[in-house]
Amino acid sequence: MKFLNSTLAGTIALAGLAVPAFAADCPIKVGVLHSLSGTMAISETTLKDTMLMLIEQQNAKGGVLGCELEAVVVDPASDWPLFAEKARELLSVHEVDVIFGNWTSVSRKSVLPVIEELNGLLFYPVQYEGEESSKNVFYTGAAPNQQAIPATDYFIDELGVEKFALLGTDYVYPRTTNNILASYLKSKGVSDDDIFVNYTPFGHSDWSKIVADVVALGADGKKVGVISTINGDANIGFYKELAAAGISADDIPVVAFSVGEEELSGLDTSNLVGHLAAWNYFQSAEAEANTAFIDAWKIKMGAERVTNDPMEAHYIGFNMWVNAATAAGSIDVDAVRASMYGQEFPNLTGGTAVMLPNHHLAKPVLIGEIQADGQFDIISQTTEVPGDAWTDFLPESAVLMSDWKDLGCGMYNTETKTCVQILSNY
Amino acid sequence: MQDILQEHSALITKSSRMTIAPAIAAITDSELTQAQDVLQAWQSKDIWRRTSDGLFFRAEETAAGSYLLFDFDTGETVGEAQKTDLKQLKPNSGVRALIGSALVQFQLQDGDPVRRLAALTSIQRDPSSELLEPLRASIDSEPDADLKAQKQRAERLLTIAYDTDESARVGAISDMSGDLGVDLRATLNPLLETKVQVFTGEAPNALNIARRLAPGEDISTKAAYDLLVTANLAPARIDQAEVRATLGVHISEGRVGGVAVEDLNQPEARARAYAALVAQGLAEPDPTSAEIEAHLGAHQFVEIYKEPSQPVTTAASEALDKILLKVGMNQALDLILDGLSLASIYFLAAIGLAITFGVMGVINMAHGEFIMMGAYTGYVVQQIIPNHTVSILVAIPLAFAVTFAAGVAMERLVIRWLYNRPLETLLATFGISIALQQLAKNIFGTQARPLTSPAWLDGAWVMNDVVSISYIRIAIFILALSFLAIFLFIMRRTRLGLETRAVTQNPRMAASMGINPNRVNMLTFGLGSGIAGVAGVAIGLFAKVTSELGNDYIVQSFMTVVVGGVGNIWGTLAGAAMIGFLQKGIEWFNPSNTLAAQTFMIIFIIIFIQFRPRGIIALKGRAAGD
Amino acid sequence: MKNSFLMRNPSTLIFLAALAVFTIVVTALSEAFGLGLISTSFVKTLGKTLCLGLVAIAMDLVWGYAGILSLGHFAFFGLGGYMIGMWLMYERTRDIVISSMSDAPIPPTAEEITDAIGHQIFGVVGSSEFPLIWAFADSLVLQLVLVVLVPGALAFVFGWLAFRSRVAGVYLSILTQAMTLALSLYLFQNDSGLRGNNGLSGLQNLPGLEAAPQSVVSIWFLWASALALGLGYLLAAWIVSGKFGSVIRGIRDDEARVRFLGYSVESYKLALFTVTACIAGIAGALYYPQAGIINPAEIAPIASIYLAVWVAIGGRGRLYGAVIGAGFVSLVSSWFTGGQAPDISLGFYTIKWVDWWLIVLGLSFVFVTLFAPKGIAGLFDLAAHRRWPNRHGADLGPDAGALREREANE
Repeated sequence: MKFLNSTLAGTIALAGLAVPAFAADCPIKVGVLHSLSGTMAISETTLKDTMLMLIEQQNAKGGVLGCELEAVVVDPASDWPLFAEKARELLSVHEVDVIFGNWTSVSRKSVLPVIEELNGLLFYPVQYEGEESSKNVFYTGAAPNQQAIPATDYFIDELGVEKFALLGTDYVYPRTTNNILASYLKSKGVSDDDIFVNYTPFGHSDWSKIVADVVALGADGKKVGVISTINGDANIGFYKELAAAGISADDIPVVAFSVGEEELSGLDTSNLVGHLAAWNYFQSAEAEANTAFIDAWKIKMGAERVTNDPMEAHYIGFNMWVNAATAAGSIDVDAVRASMYGQEFPNLTGGTAVMLPNHHLAKPVLIGEIQADGQFDIISQTTEVPGDAWTDFLPESAVLMSDWKDLGCGMYNTETKTCVQILSNY
Repeated sequence: MQDILQEHSALITKSSRMTIAPAIAAITDSELTQAQDVLQAWQSKDIWRRTSDGLFFRAEETAAGSYLLFDFDTGETVGEAQKTDLKQLKPNSGVRALIGSALVQFQLQDGDPVRRLAALTSIQRDPSSELLEPLRASIDSEPDADLKAQKQRAERLLTIAYDTDESARVGAISDMSGDLGVDLRATLNPLLETKVQVFTGEAPNALNIARRLAPGEDISTKAAYDLLVTANLAPARIDQAEVRATLGVHISEGRVGGVAVEDLNQPEARARAYAALVAQGLAEPDPTSAEIEAHLGAHQFVEIYKEPSQPVTTAASEALDKILLKVGMNQALDLILDGLSLASIYFLAAIGLAITFGVMGVINMAHGEFIMMGAYTGYVVQQIIPNHTVSILVAIPLAFAVTFAAGVAMERLVIRWLYNRPLETLLATFGISIALQQLAKNIFGTQARPLTSPAWLDGAWVMNDVVSISYIRIAIFILALSFLAIFLFIMRRTRLGLETRAVTQNPRMAASMGINPNRVNMLTFGLGSGIAGVAGVAIGLFAKVTSELGNDYIVQSFMTVVVGGVGNIWGTLAGAAMIGFLQKGIEWFNPSNTLAAQTFMIIFIIIFIQFRPRGIIALKGRAAGD
Repeated sequence: MKNSFLMRNPSTLIFLAALAVFTIVVTALSEAFGLGLISTSFVKTLGKTLCLGLVAIAMDLVWGYAGILSLGHFAFFGLGGYMIGMWLMYERTRDIVISSMSDAPIPPTAEEITDAIGHQIFGVVGSSEFPLIWAFADSLVLQLVLVVLVPGALAFVFGWLAFRSRVAGVYLSILTQAMTLALSLYLFQNDSGLRGNNGLSGLQNLPGLEAAPQSVVSIWFLWASALALGLGYLLAAWIVSGKFGSVIRGIRDDEARVRFLGYSVESYKLALFTVTACIAGIAGALYYPQAGIINPAEIAPIASIYLAVWVAIGGRGRLYGAVIGAGFVSLVSSWFTGGQAPDISLGFYTIKWVDWWLIVLGLSFVFVTLFAPKGIAGLFDLAAHRRWPNRHGADLGPDAGALREREANE
């Protein structure tokens, strides 16, 4: 027992010595909260590397407010409770001034109460299901109306799809997104019978039955389209089965919300040419800023590495934070937040992203066709779409809005003109 | 041609399926010979627009990376331009389909069979009534027998859908009757589309009525009443939210309809207050159930075919009934194939375990990681040897060698010290498992790695539009069977097999007969691991190669062996078959939730083991060991 | 009686004293009640570690003492967490809903409140109906009863089925693992009514005690966890010290012999399995409010294997060994994965502990099973020069028991 106590004491001495930080304290600490091990490491490690690269670049430019930036990298190991623990550790032990992190919605929900309690600042870079607005989180990924809805419109208007297969991994993002989409499709006059929904577990690999079911949907004589919210490496098996079944994108187009360049690097895309993905960024976008970004990334990580949408989200989020801190002259969370609203920063795809009072970005929506080389051919690019925290297509959420700048409320009921709650749901 | 393109320049550069029609029509109607070339170039994304003057050209990339521009009207090269000065036209797939339809009239009689096929595909994808005549005209002159058959089929389908002659349609339906193609069902089903209509009194007989609906039986009372409400034939029902809103409007001095506001958290009080408001004429009354009944009774609910011709709908529905029976049978066959395929994958993953766990009794939690090692070996080989066929042929023995070596090393270093302590073997091998998994992450990164099957394994074996199975799954099935054969051969016909069985049953006796148990254990364990490695290559080909690959299979593999009966390869086979078919069967019952299938499968296995603790095929007598 | 029990088990007294000292020291150094040298996040980590110690004791009872390698005790742990999580979530949401609805012109009916709570809780997973299993979620007392009852009942049913058909050894391990997998897959489904993959979150906020800062709440939970661990330790020590303990050790060493002696082996096993499941449930109910979120990933089979590993590293067959193992491994793990461990530069390659820690951990299982079957607790033996009675044959660790003489020669 003595042994245990002395170990503990040692750890306490290391971990527990909290030094109070002031705004001008150098170096400025930037927390990076991405899983480096476990199931999500496949996606999140890239974002950690992106953050390290961005911080390095910023330091080369002289840092922020005359201070060097220092990255504090922790590994929440794809373990959702550990996200909360590590967030608390980042905020209270390392005293970081801002956190860039999270991928899955459940990890964000795990971190939310901690961030709100300790008044931290989180930049969340991944497309998500919306229905949330936290005072302490900036959502630099797409809300449903910046990805799912435009993609569905594209299906209806451009491809003439009349029957929809909503395939997803069984977790909150596909569930909520499919809910919103089902409600949206019904508002467009699509009947219940023409919406097929299926959920599969994470990492699912046996897709033959589901692909056969989708093909069988065509028996009605209506054009079938697949809207895929299948997550991570389950996509590989799905696309392999799709290619094996010889389903051409002209017969049954598939639009994916979670498949980017990174995921495609895990498979041979020659049989998938023409299937679609909707994002706010594709590596193939032709813009000078994008070329510079890709070059820097390849120099750092190797020529075969690709860039993707959440990386761009971090790129925009980080630069906006730098500019906001510079404008506010402080790295204090409340000061930075106040100067975040209306911040503008050029997108990598051209155009300008604007931070809205609801903590979402206005970004263009891009739809790309998969090409044989694993890249996307951008065939549709909208103007900037403002992100909407509360969807307009679910009756309970349609009345809600988020405005942290003037109303100071993330869940404001526009009918009763009251703030439903200040803290968010988790 | 350039003029036509310029005229529609805005539409063409920002093309959308909704607006592009006039531009395409202008090109087709131009009667210019170049029309076909322009449309084809446009469809294959070969048209570029020069930014400086907005002119359109067909462009070809040169070796130097610049683009050679061709004029449409002359077909001559008109210059060369850099990519930065050009903008590619990228019609989306919807626009390409429209271009395809427009091209049909040019391509159906084209000399090039590829183009004729393209035209035919366009017809199949987007059938329309205008295409029927050109299609019929092209059938007789079609030289290619295969294409001709396809054209005839397309003609029959278009006849069913669009011909103006009723008897021709009925005839076409009976011609095609019994066909399993999705395209036929896709043609017949729209003919049978119905809508529900409400009539006050009798429904007119002129309509093509599918059936009459009795409220409460064929259609729920609520749905029927909602129909009346939408048709403005009955007053709407008032729901609680509306009651609440109405009450909120009429609050005065803390009371509504004579009821104090603070009492309104009781449903009865609300009803009372609302009734008072209704009495004062301030609110609409909620129809009572008697009123609803009366309204429903006064109307007829009828399902009407959208297709007006009764003989056609009758023929179609008869044909469809026949087809659906056949489809059902074929779906069952497809399900069996799927089950067989899943079973062979489980068997493949478990067969190595059947040796190490089944025969030797060693719990190897790192078995999944051996599968993963095999898959990564396949990936590495493919990086070195780009030819997919050769690389797979090299990868299979190499994966065996690598995992064989790893298995032997593990047996020598760890497992042989733990032969009498099975539970601790479990822990130690689990430790090795997480170490190997992390090692794979450190070496190969966390991204999934591509392992591509050779081209001859692409695609699927299609029996008809319902039953099909991908070649890669067939290959896995054959691989699993050959492993079974190899296993049986080694265990029954070779010295190693004899010695293995001897050592497993009684090591001391075997040792005294001159068998070296250490060597035999080492080789047997190596063999089991090696087979896992080969299984890894196969699994990597059909699914994905990640460091977590093994994780997905380890529990299922153990279950396969345990359910089947430890120590018997036929048991493992039976276990794999049971688990595979069971999972597919449950999936069939509940197609929208694959997770449930897995859950119920495991629960079933747990219960199964309670009743047959030794598995499906239990060893009896001395071979059982205890 | 109690006095003599403690006298017979001096290690219990030492353990309880150490636990008390530990709790007092942590409290004295905490931000809420002391010098502020230990951050709140670390207090939470310590509190959670105590809970892990408690579940490790349960694991040690079934495995170290009764020889049943259960790979399902973390499932019971998780179930306990779910049960308390339902109440925490329901009550917290109810407070929010009531306060936001109180502004409305018409006071809400009870049904409207329930609907609104349902919408808040299940809205994120696209539903708003309360499933049946939430029937008691509004009552703290009932949910607390369920914390013990649900894991206990599951363990009873599962154990009754398994022991009745004489499933033992590695088969039982695999079967318990299958049970864990089935449970986690079931909970992963949205249809299970427990919010699927998202699980229950925001559990650190105690309803009605919003005013108390987390630094204080964390200390409360530390005290509660320490108390539960102390009581659990006492219970476990009492179980293994009496006749019951002798019988289960006998079962571990030679099940057939005990059966021939006339003991109902199945009943003993079942009783122990069920009791330990209840202990695990209580540990989970204390753990998850400190972690803040519970979801099905917590119940995944790997967690139960880790539990076995903690006990193995700490030292099986000794209660304090289990606690030490759980505490030591989980704290060291969190230190290494937290990025606090310094990288080691080898010149040509830099060892980053985030990448290499799992490999070290994995190999250390191998090391412990091969070379130190008694685990860390074996060090105490060395220190005290205490030795096992010298029988014939090699000492293969507590598990091999009476079999060792025969088998070691084979």
